[in-house]
Amino acid sequence: MDDIYLDNNATTMVDPEVVEAMLPYFTEQFGNPSSIHSFGSQVGHALKKARRQVQQLLGAEHDSEIIFTSCGTESDSTAILSALKALPDRREIVTSVVEHPAVLSLCEHLEKTEGIKVHTLKVDAKGRIDMAAYEKLLHERADKIAIVSVMWANNETGTIFPIEQMAEMAYVAGVMFHTDAVQAVGKIPMDLKSLKIDMLSVSGHKLHAPKGIGVLYLKRGTRFRPLLRGGHQERGRRAGTENAASIVALGKACEMAQANLEHENTVVKAMRDRLQEGILSQVSHAFVTGDPEHRLPNTLNIAFEYIEGEAILLLLNKAGIAASSGSACTSGSLEPSHVMRAMGIPYTAAHGSIRFSLSRYNTMDEVDRVIAAVPPIMAQLRKMSPYWGEKGPVENPEQAFAPTYA
Amino acid sequence: MWDYTDKVKEHFFNPKNARAVDEANAVGDVGSIQCGDALRLTLKVNPENEEILDAGFQTFGCGSAIASSSALTEIIKGKTLDEALKVTNQDIADYLDGLPPEKMHCSVMGREALQAAVANYRGEEWVDDHEEGALICKCFAVDAVMIEDTIRANNLRTVEDVTNYTKAGGGCTSCHEGIEEILTKVLAERGEALQAQKARADLHPEGKSMPVPGGMTMLQRIKKIEAVIESIRPQLQADRGDVELVDVDGDIVYVYLTGACSGCQMATLTLGGIQQRLMEELGEFIRLVPVQQKPAAAA
Repeated sequence: MDDIYLDNNATTMVDPEVVEAMLPYFTEQFGNPSSIHSFGSQVGHALKKARRQVQQLLGAEHDSEIIFTSCGTESDSTAILSALKALPDRREIVTSVVEHPAVLSLCEHLEKTEGIKVHTLKVDAKGRIDMAAYEKLLHERADKIAIVSVMWANNETGTIFPIEQMAEMAYVAGVMFHTDAVQAVGKIPMDLKSLKIDMLSVSGHKLHAPKGIGVLYLKRGTRFRPLLRGGHQERGRRAGTENAASIVALGKACEMAQANLEHENTVVKAMRDRLQEGILSQVSHAFVTGDPEHRLPNTLNIAFEYIEGEAILLLLNKAGIAASSGSACTSGSLEPSHVMRAMGIPYTAAHGSIRFSLSRYNTMDEVDRVIAAVPPIMAQLRKMSPYWGEKGPVENPEQAFAPTYA
Repeated sequence: MWDYTDKVKEHFFNPKNARAVDEANAVGDVGSIQCGDALRLTLKVNPENEEILDAGFQTFGCGSAIASSSALTEIIKGKTLDEALKVTNQDIADYLDGLPPEKMHCSVMGREALQAAVANYRGEEWVDDHEEGALICKCFAVDAVMIEDTIRANNLRTVEDVTNYTKAGGGCTSCHEGIEEILTKVLAERGEALQAQKARADLHPEGKSMPVPGGMTMLQRIKKIEAVIESIRPQLQADRGDVELVDVDGDIVYVYLTGACSGCQMATLTLGGIQQRLMEELGEFIRLVPVQQKPAAAA
């Protein structure tokens, strides 16, 4: 039986139609789009089309607001560093505690090396952002804040933040607003021309385009300083010869994502909901993390108490199921996922959090196979756990097993 | 994905002794739930001769924690407590044909569980003296606490020192930024600053830059060529001609002939003469090449 891929928030399969669209740009369509001759201009036209396809999916007002980059991380770095450069008198950043490392590590680095003050918004137990604190910051420090950078949807839990509202608040306060939307684009509809978002990051490989291509949406009129200077590519806002094949691929992938938005929010969502129901009805001491009411349609994150995530993933992998975990051991660090910790999930559960992320290529049959495979795996590991007795967790697990060495 | 050996996989998928031993008379609980690893080791010890009759483990942990626990119980069964205490974490890792560097702490945990269980059996109190920090050097599995302690204890000043004392940074070198951060912090406490980039003068003891043929620096050599040409000019000027140095590229010296010299039948002879003088003065082979035009910058 074929393996089941439920790790689409990590990366996705490149759609065969997307591969087909990009292939000619490795062979006969090899020209440099900047060249005058027909070798170049044909590629130039293809890039133009791709730019429009991205524009359509994002609901951007102008196609010149689309800047192709190499990845989501580059887009995030470009946005944040641009704001600091363009507004040298403002030396503070607002972000959230559950951001992707692409934003968090950069902010930490800026704090340490440049003396930038970083305000990190907290989240509650369901991963919802502290809007009161955000409002207060904007009210008190607006003239010192260079940029607000908050993700549209969280990669681990799928929790969706009220980005439209947050952007509006920043706009009123006169603060630049960036959102890392790599998980949201293609999964939820967006219409950037009606929103006050100044900059937005997209990553191609999260929506069935290849790795190594991204987009920074830059609203017309937003003050901007490029990260890479050099040639006039992307209107001088991102120098470097265009990754033509991947740009064409991303354009095609965006077109397909738009056509599948409805499917994503009905069929994929139904598969996700069935998976959630199927697992939780059979496995005790397990719960959904994040905010199930405001969640990406494809993401399910379940914390399984008293067992460790990497062990779960290894057994799932043996059963032909690919998922991911917020466990410390899967990342090589000692701490469990910062997202789980930010929500105050106890360690005994945070280490056992497993993310199942679906795509339009999954089937209900696969979902049923996963539902059948998960319970025995959890039982097998719990049998080994010092926190687990014959029928369930031992009484007062934290006291019954309190190892030395913290 | 971790690069686990087949032996690790075998002990993870089919762990040995994954249970609490009945009538256990020694229990060792170690680990850290924060780190995602916790282990309870239960032993049945023969009070007559302290032989370990049975060993079992319960683990909350990752693949290698489970495999390390399984390996530990297999290793110590049948040993006396004193023999078992000689088992090192490296023995556990070796039994599994090795562990990834990030996972060595799993084998450390196994050894500590054993120490704790023996202490429990003998009625002693076991105190853990092991502190673990973030892993800095992945090539040699050296963590931040270890690096910081070593810097302090030995007054280390450079990344090179740290590598010599701990091996950290001696492999792929990609952790040098992390090591420098720790160095900067500790040095700041002593009121010192990290000197990251040192002059490489010691590579060339005479303090010279790139060595060139004839034992001269590039600058000395060009000045010498200039001097030779300057010394020839009065003779040429006497014949209403002139020569100008244009460029030096390796053993090729470009010159520009003007006035009566330019197009003169004797030009080749003149050039041959200058070339000979240059070779004698510099002590190396020189090819003199006349250029047709003055370089743009000199024009």
